[in-house]
Amino acid sequence: MSQITNTSRRNFLKTGAVLGSGLLISFTVPGAKKLGGAGSAMLGPQSGAAFAPNAYLHITADNQILVYLAHSEMGQGIWTTLSMLIAEELDVDVKKMVVQHGDAWKPYHHTSFGMQITGGSSTTWSEFDRYRKAGATARTLLVAAAAKKFGVSPSECKTADGVVTAGTNSATYGELASEAAALPAPGDVPLRDAKDWKYIGKSVKRLDTPAKINGTAKFGMDVQFPGMLTAAVLHAPVFGAKVKSVDAAKAKAIPGVKQVVQIPTGVAVLADNYWAAKKGCTALKVDWDLGSGVQVDSSSMTAQYKELAKKPGATAAKAGDVDSAMAKAVKTIEAEYTFPYLAHAPMEPLNVTIELNNGKCEIWCGTQMPGIDQEAAAKVLGLKPEQVRVNTVFLGGGFGRRGTPASDFVREAAEIIKASGKPLVKMVWAREDDVRGGFYRPAFLHNVKVGLNADGMPIAWKHTIVGQSIMDGTFFASMIKDGIDNASVEGVSDSPYLYAIPDRLVSLHSPKNEVPVLWWRSVGHTHTAMAMEATIDELAHAAGKDPLVYRQQLLKDHPRHLAALNLVAEKANWGKPLPEGRFRGIAVHESFLSFVAQVVEISLNTDGTIKVHKVINAIDCGLAVNPDGVKAQIESGINYGVSAALLGEITLEKGRVQQGNFNDYVVSRMFDTPAEIEVHIVDSSNKMGGVGEPGVPPVAPAIANAYFAATGKRLRDLPFNKAILKA
Amino acid sequence: MVKLKINQKEYSVDASPDMPLLWALRDVLGLTGTKFGCGMAQCGACTVHLDREAVRSCVTLVSRAVGKEVTTIEGLSADPTNYLQKAWLEVDVPQCGYCQSGQIMSAAVLLRENPNPTDEDIDTAMSGNICRCGTYPRIRKAIHLAAQMQREGGKVQ
Repeated sequence: MSQITNTSRRNFLKTGAVLGSGLLISFTVPGAKKLGGAGSAMLGPQSGAAFAPNAYLHITADNQILVYLAHSEMGQGIWTTLSMLIAEELDVDVKKMVVQHGDAWKPYHHTSFGMQITGGSSTTWSEFDRYRKAGATARTLLVAAAAKKFGVSPSECKTADGVVTAGTNSATYGELASEAAALPAPGDVPLRDAKDWKYIGKSVKRLDTPAKINGTAKFGMDVQFPGMLTAAVLHAPVFGAKVKSVDAAKAKAIPGVKQVVQIPTGVAVLADNYWAAKKGCTALKVDWDLGSGVQVDSSSMTAQYKELAKKPGATAAKAGDVDSAMAKAVKTIEAEYTFPYLAHAPMEPLNVTIELNNGKCEIWCGTQMPGIDQEAAAKVLGLKPEQVRVNTVFLGGGFGRRGTPASDFVREAAEIIKASGKPLVKMVWAREDDVRGGFYRPAFLHNVKVGLNADGMPIAWKHTIVGQSIMDGTFFASMIKDGIDNASVEGVSDSPYLYAIPDRLVSLHSPKNEVPVLWWRSVGHTHTAMAMEATIDELAHAAGKDPLVYRQQLLKDHPRHLAALNLVAEKANWGKPLPEGRFRGIAVHESFLSFVAQVVEISLNTDGTIKVHKVINAIDCGLAVNPDGVKAQIESGINYGVSAALLGEITLEKGRVQQGNFNDYVVSRMFDTPAEIEVHIVDSSNKMGGVGEPGVPPVAPAIANAYFAATGKRLRDLPFNKAILKA
Repeated sequence: MVKLKINQKEYSVDASPDMPLLWALRDVLGLTGTKFGCGMAQCGACTVHLDREAVRSCVTLVSRAVGKEVTTIEGLSADPTNYLQKAWLEVDVPQCGYCQSGQIMSAAVLLRENPNPTDEDIDTAMSGNICRCGTYPRIRKAIHLAAQMQREGGKVQ
């Protein structure tokens, strides 16, 4: 009946991964048992026939080129980009490379962040040298091995498409692998000049597309082993609530249900399949000690935040004397912006498969922080981290949710296996567990007061921000300095507009409550870009100036902002007439080392809500390693931004999250997506920046500014379409 | 035991009649190309064909599939007259990829019923399939391309 029972444990991740095109996307190291896996010290030159000059690359005797990723593929395309970097130096066909995620292992620590993490839109810039060097080192050794074999000098050898040639001699990399493995590692290897690049800077198709369109790509949700039980979890109705008592009699009577266990975060039902486990959850009767979380209420929270914003909080940026300067202003503008909690809602609900046997634990899941998860699971299970192996599989979306300092979902799976005493469990969350599970983009409020001089230029800027700290209570808390979590103020405290204003004050209140919060695609910039760029637009109009020209004047000393702004203005025909009923808005914002400007074109629906037709985007991200990949990420960011700007919100009433699924946590659909999205990349040799997140921040203010052009009304409360219908 | 015909193959499935088809496919038969996203027919990740019509398998009881032809992404991939995946490759649609099985299954029914869809037709037909990576513009482009390939017998490149 079942193919599953015919699938051997180790083979799971390989099955179905052989693709029609001849490209093999394998999730396990062929012969991983023998080698002990990517995380094992056995993987290296001493492994005999295989040649692993470093942790990132492995060439087998049968000429397979295996790439190990230090980062997780969650849609952003690094499966391809990092492979391109190695291929560029190694001289192999990138399409023939076999890619897999690396284990939780120190060599895969982020080159800047000191831990294994996929986040901050940093993968490509942070790996640009390391992965190229991995390829160059291997090539140098393979050439040395070939030279020795052919009896020629290395300078007489040429490499192309995985083959070394010298005169009439030739050998594949696989044939040279074992000899290369025996050679001493070279010192610093030279990297190719940009003019010689074959892949970098050119659009390369994603290596993971074939598997992702025929059902063979394996996500965490698809991990299945014989004898595995599936666990569904009944979570507390209120954040921080604890189980008082459980009546599991009815749940246990459901066919397929094997066990019910209490865990710190709720009650888990283990069954033969998810359906039985889920039915079991529904049949549970649980008495909860709700705790203080019941007091969290969105409407009273907004009132509390408004009250807090009346006085300055901790100082995030300060110069001069803002109150005296404000008193001298010819005109003042004051605006208050509110932002709701937002769930990431990746398409793949959170899940973890965990095995515990004889003091060894193995985990399969989509995660942005495998090392942190490894430590968290070890702690729950009373093991050492090295007794826990984390296998990262494709992430069905991340957006920050799969990188929690609290390791909430991996910890929960560890608690389940610990409480159950079972050897192998797959924990699967329902969509409702995800939407109601917290770790949201925090709700925020910004109060902005700006004083203008007679020319309409800002001379005083007072900005108060209120919202929960993401870092507080995590191991990142040491990054909070003098009460400032930079993730709450980034984009305001370091705004180029503010640098030009002699008297300014940015301050922050970080109230606490029971709702867990987390980074959400573009983190603080999700709200700071809106507060800055909508305010700047308002100032431009108060000054009687064109919003583009006003920005150009204020940003005259910021060439990368200007480059993006000028390019987008040109491509969008800024200033030229639009068809009737269409209106434009503009915004520019720097985040994650990239500079993005957008012009959006909107119309109004019959009920007054906003329809976005077109988004023209210009980005200066420095070198675009894979230009079509950059475009895809910006398109993606724009859609994520449209969702947040127009539709999305999580609200709480008496501690209970009011939304649960895509029917009430509304996200963008095909008909919401702008019919036209253009992405223009500034030809730039500036420092490389990220692309996964920077497309998001300018979307909301550009839409709000277009709405002002349409109606003369300012939108300051998100999501906009709700605010419009309420008004 | 429930007898099902999936991708031209007969299966005897050990599933309770009230189990949604999704879980019979995934958890009982190991056909994991069909994805779980919401469990209430909101996101379309679980879209399969039942007698050539698109259904959300997360809310379709396994008993409803008895005596019908079930086609999943695995079955569609084996169909040489289907140009969708070729177009998806050409446009490089997927990002995280999790929703793409469902997107393609919905698009297949659209193209069968309407070989020459407009943007508006696509908006309507694909409105039940969510993509959080926002690959919508590329899905739209790939559907147009597949339609063109279908019209011209796959000769378009």
